[in-house]
Parts: sequence; structure tokens; C-alpha cells
Amino acid sequence: MVVREKFHDDLKELQTKMLELGSLASEQLTKSLQALETGDIELALKIMDDDIKADMLEEDINDCAILLIAKQQPVAVDLRRIIVAIKIATDIERIADFGVNIAKSAIRIGNEPLVKPIEHIRQMHRLTLEMLQLSLDAFKEENVAKAKQVAEMDDQVDELYGQMIRDLLELNKETPGYLSQITQLSFVCRYLERAADHTTNIAESIFYLVKGKRYDLNN
Amino acid sequence: MAVLTMTETKGKLAEEQEFSQAEKKIVYGTKDLNLWYGGDQALKNINLDIYENEVTAIIGPSGCGKSTYIKTLNRMVELIPVVRVSGEILYRERNILDRSYKVEDLRTNVGMVFQKPNPFPKSIYENVAYGPKIHGIRDKKILNEIVEKSLRGAAIWDEVKDRLNENAYGLSGGQQQRLCIARALAIEPDVILMDEPTSALDPISTLKVEELVQELKKDISIIIVTHNMQQAARISDRTAFFLNGEVVEYTNTNSIFSNPSDKRTEDYITGRFG
Repeated sequence: MVVREKFHDDLKELQTKMLELGSLASEQLTKSLQALETGDIELALKIMDDDIKADMLEEDINDCAILLIAKQQPVAVDLRRIIVAIKIATDIERIADFGVNIAKSAIRIGNEPLVKPIEHIRQMHRLTLEMLQLSLDAFKEENVAKAKQVAEMDDQVDELYGQMIRDLLELNKETPGYLSQITQLSFVCRYLERAADHTTNIAESIFYLVKGKRYDLNN
Repeated sequence: MAVLTMTETKGKLAEEQEFSQAEKKIVYGTKDLNLWYGGDQALKNINLDIYENEVTAIIGPSGCGKSTYIKTLNRMVELIPVVRVSGEILYRERNILDRSYKVEDLRTNVGMVFQKPNPFPKSIYENVAYGPKIHGIRDKKILNEIVEKSLRGAAIWDEVKDRLNENAYGLSGGQQQRLCIARALAIEPDVILMDEPTSALDPISTLKVEELVQELKKDISIIIVTHNMQQAARISDRTAFFLNGEVVEYTNTNSIFSNPSDKRTEDYITGRFG
């Protein structure tokens, strides 16, 4: 017999909100690169405006989680589900913030032609989005295999980041007039690298959720 | 793609707990205990060690054998004529199920508190002095000291010190239960068995009894049967989960309530059955 139906409905609702926050962050990150590549200031400003949605949703998730703890006194995996939801929501909200940071860089670069094709940035961006999606799937399915995959992909992002920074430094020597843009582009790389790290944090949370033990996946 | 190395990380709390488990003394050792009520087996192969100066909680759905088990620990269960028992229960390394073991000796060391407060229809003072009196203490001064010490120990002294000669039935339910704990303390027991001691009490009285249990475990080992899982989580050091007469899982309370190893325990404590 399944009891505590209301509690399980509430947990489901919490999960739905988390996935909603996840797609919001993914959308913000997608649009931010678009704004950077096309120099679309209006789009960048919209990303900044929309950030409030992610902030509010994160608060909403935290409120729901606190109420569930207060009213249902969950234990074991149920408690971990809620604690992990709070932690993951923070990670996702940070990822959404990086979208805003990239949008700000896009505004600073403005319409200035890009000094270098941003293929590596595009690759980092694509990987980070994939990691985010995979980590959200892993959360939804409570799937540690997918969570592990996220952590493994992080190495590729780190590698691309290192490569990109070296390239940008080199470029700075060759084309000194573009210091401001090169600085902004290295910021963008940093934001993406950090966003990928947050997806690895999500993966760690999923390990904790499923196994009840903590693992360090960031080394 | 690089092979991912995963390191399990442990907090200080988990490490301290693993360490502290090693050095405890065993008060009660249960070995292959089986118990039948006529043809029905109520306890199946119970193996359980109860540790000194700890609170051990026993949880499980109705009819799982937890009350039967606790009543076996002071041999109250043998009052039921159809009961048959096999196996051993070692209290301080002596088998209490052995014919030569005197039940009076056992109950001098092992007190019990029941679900419903059951004070004697006597004064508050007489309720507490009763045990020491039947153990032969007659000196009024010593009895006064025992009564005060026990009532203080049960955190009820301040509430009753001015009306010790009033009938115990005039106390509230929560006060009566703490009086029963004081009565158990009066014989300076080594162990107190508690069978759902707060299930008839209001939340504040419940918390008072819970705090008292925490205080008492400095000197006494406590075994508590409870239906309230949050209570087990709050006050016990170790928890045993009983199901259909068997011990499904017995480990430190932090593990049981954060990450139980048996699916049945998980389902019970998270309210998926029961």
C-alpha cells in the first residue's frame, strides 16, 4: 500500500519546478552565446531582464522544500531528495547567472567584429549545455550513470578552457588593440567553465541522493 | 575521455561515530532468541546487543514483536502461560532465561515504564518510596533522600515538592509518567525499559520525557519501544527495526534515518508501508 500520497505529490511538484528552473537556465545560456555571436544588444538586455524569473523560481523551490521538511519531517531518501533539491536549485540558478554574465560581456563587446573565430567557445558552450541537460535527466531519473557521465565531460570543458586562454593570450600579443574584447572573451570562457563545474556539483548531489554517501567528482 | 576517479568523502560526524562504536560495553546480549505464543512464532532468531549508557530504540509496525521483545528482557512475557522461548538473553553476561536466574534479582536492576502511566493509588511520596521499602529500606531519612533524588532525576521535583502527600492520580498524564520514571529510578536501576512511554502524552510532556531520557542515559541504559519514528530519531543512539518478528536492521540511529541499508527499513521509515 502506498501511503503519504500528498507528500509524494508535493515531491513531484518540487521536481517539476526544478526541471523548469533547469530549462530556464539552459535557455539563458543558449541565448547568451547567440547575443555574443551576433552582437545583439537587445537580446542581451532581455537575458538580463529575464534573470529575475530564475531567481524567483529558486526562492520558490527553497520555500517549497522548507515547508516539506517542516510539515512532513522526511527521513532517509525523502530527506535527501529535498536537501539535494535545495542544493541543485542553487547550482542551476548560478548557471543562469553565468548566462547573464555572458550577456553583459556581449554588451561590452557590442558590435565590434570578433577578433577570432570562437569555435572553441562554441564547443565549450555546447558541452556545458549538454552537461546541464544530462544532469537534469540524471536528477529526474535518479540515475548515477548519467551523473558520472556529466563529471567525465567536465574534463573536456577544462581542456578547451585551457586551450582557449592560451590562444587568447597569444592573440593579445599579436593584436594589442583588442585587449578589452580579449578580456571579455576570456571572461566568457571562465563563465562557461564555471557553469560546467556547477553541473558537476549537480552530479555529486545526485550521487548523494541515490547512494546516501558523498563523492568528490571534481578531481 | 578520461577515466573518472571518484573519492568518497566523509564528514567529521561520520568518522567520530565509527570510532565511538568500538569501545562500548554490552548490557544485554540476545542470542538466537525465538519466542512462540502457542503455535504462533512472535520472535525469530533475534540477535541483538544492547550497549551501556545508550538509548536503544526499537521500531516497527504493530505486531512486529517489539513489545514482546522488550517484555522478554525483564521476563514479564513469562506471565503469559502459552509462551515458549528458546535461545539466550545475557544480562551482564548471565543468561536470564536460565531456570536458576531469580526474576527478583533481574527486576531490581531493570525498571520498566509502560505506555499508560500506572501510578499506584497512593501518595506521590509513597509511589516513589514503594520500591526501596520492599527492598527493606525503612529509615525515613534515607527514604526522603531517595524520593527527592528520584523525583529530581525524573525532572518532576519542582512540580510536586509541595504536595508529596497528595494522591498521584491528581497529577496530569505527563506528570504521572515522569512519576513512574521516578518510581523506576528509586531502585537505582541499571537499565530502564520503556514501552511507548509517551504515546499517551501531549507534545510538551513528550518532549520533557525525551529530555529526561537523554539526561538519564549518562547513568542508565535505556531501551525504548516507540511508534514515533521522529522520537526514535531524536533520542536514540541505536535503532533496531523489527518486522514480522525479525530484526531487519540494527545500527546507529544516524545511519538508519539518513541512509538505511535495507529496502524494507527505508520503506517503513519513509512511510511507504505500515
